[in-house]
Amino acid sequence: MSTQQQEPETQEPETQEAPEDPEMKGAESPQQRRLKKKQEGMVDERSEAEAEAEGETVHIKVFRYDPEVEGKQEPRFDDFYVPFEKGMTVLDAVMYARDEYDSSLTFRHSCRQAVCGSDAFFVNGSQQLGCKTQISDLEQPVRIEPLPHQEVVKDLVVDMDHFYDQMHAVEPYFKQEDLPEGELEEQRQSRENREKVKMSTRCIWCAACMSSCNIAAGDNQYLGPAAINKAYRFAMDEREDEEIKEHRLRILEQEHGVWRCQTQFSCTEVCPKDIPLTEHIQELKREAVKKNLKFW
Amino acid sequence: MSQSYNRGLIEDYGRWKEFSAGMWAWIFHKFTGWMLIGYLFTHIAVLSTAIGAAQGETVEVFAEDLPNVEGTGLTEVDIYTATLGGLEGLFIVRLLEVGLLAVAVFHILNGLRLLMVDLGIGLEAQDKSFYASLILTGVITVASVPTFLRGVGF
Repeated sequence: MSTQQQEPETQEPETQEAPEDPEMKGAESPQQRRLKKKQEGMVDERSEAEAEAEGETVHIKVFRYDPEVEGKQEPRFDDFYVPFEKGMTVLDAVMYARDEYDSSLTFRHSCRQAVCGSDAFFVNGSQQLGCKTQISDLEQPVRIEPLPHQEVVKDLVVDMDHFYDQMHAVEPYFKQEDLPEGELEEQRQSRENREKVKMSTRCIWCAACMSSCNIAAGDNQYLGPAAINKAYRFAMDEREDEEIKEHRLRILEQEHGVWRCQTQFSCTEVCPKDIPLTEHIQELKREAVKKNLKFW
Repeated sequence: MSQSYNRGLIEDYGRWKEFSAGMWAWIFHKFTGWMLIGYLFTHIAVLSTAIGAAQGETVEVFAEDLPNVEGTGLTEVDIYTATLGGLEGLFIVRLLEVGLLAVAVFHILNGLRLLMVDLGIGLEAQDKSFYASLILTGVITVASVPTFLRGVGF
């Protein structure tokens, strides 16, 4: 016991004294020393990793564009050779490229587990969630581009404003005003109804569907699959009153609402959460018809 | 959407290799639809040249040129027979008839598929139904060849 405790005591003074010494500043600041040490470590780590995975690299081609830097205004593809690791995703690969090769490589990411919906890219010609796509499933070189049909801000970052506008246009929040009697009473949903809207609640707002939709590309007013799916989630919720559902359908049945969908199934194909988007849009179309066609 | 630069064809049909079944179905349906509209107007235009047939208008043709006229040498036939005979005598027209059938059959079958999609029936099998309509179109088209090309190749 006693020998184990002694060891850290002897090491600590060394590291703590150094930054307090004013004379050291002129020769080599502590920050510089730390950076140097870090760099040395990094070099060691990298060469080790390279030795380990000899030849096991992934070739990725990443779309680069930066309107604010003169030399980067012309879009181009940068090649990166990233050491492959088992279970590596597209996001892991671009993160490695950013951390180790080019820190100016820009893309959105947050949770890395397909929940936040930040990292939808155009990978090898289809919209995919970077963190959910295994690099071993893809053909090399892996082309990673920003989502099509959205304006590129920089590298893989696209302008999501229009997508969010469309999402908000369908009033994506629960609107029931009559609360149940009693202070602690809950607004219960039947199991069947929950099951009906279950898939539609999984949307993570990644905009992959909107980007894949040929119609949304040519018609900026079209609500798009994600927004309609969001509307479906509330329109089909039994806890909302009939008038509220009618109000929702009134938004959807407009010219640029559900009727723009031409059932290409592109959105359903790319949705990383496997939401049957086309099915939901079609169901809302039928609801809209039922609401307006009365034979009795 | 407006772009600050040209990203090339990845925006639309440049990625045709990555198109899925539903996308192809949409493209073919549009394409065949336009073909059928084009055919409809050509059909009206061509047949309107034979309107006079009801009034007994006739033309003189060489009977050997027309498959639907009996006899030899210069013969007087009504203008409708002459028009149709003139068209049917051309190999290219016979070939186009096969194409027209293929286009119409695909449009009908995919239309049925879209009807099912609109009714919400079997949406999870939408790609299979597209392939099925393609195959069925092919079979019907091939089976029609002996009928359409009789006299010019069969």
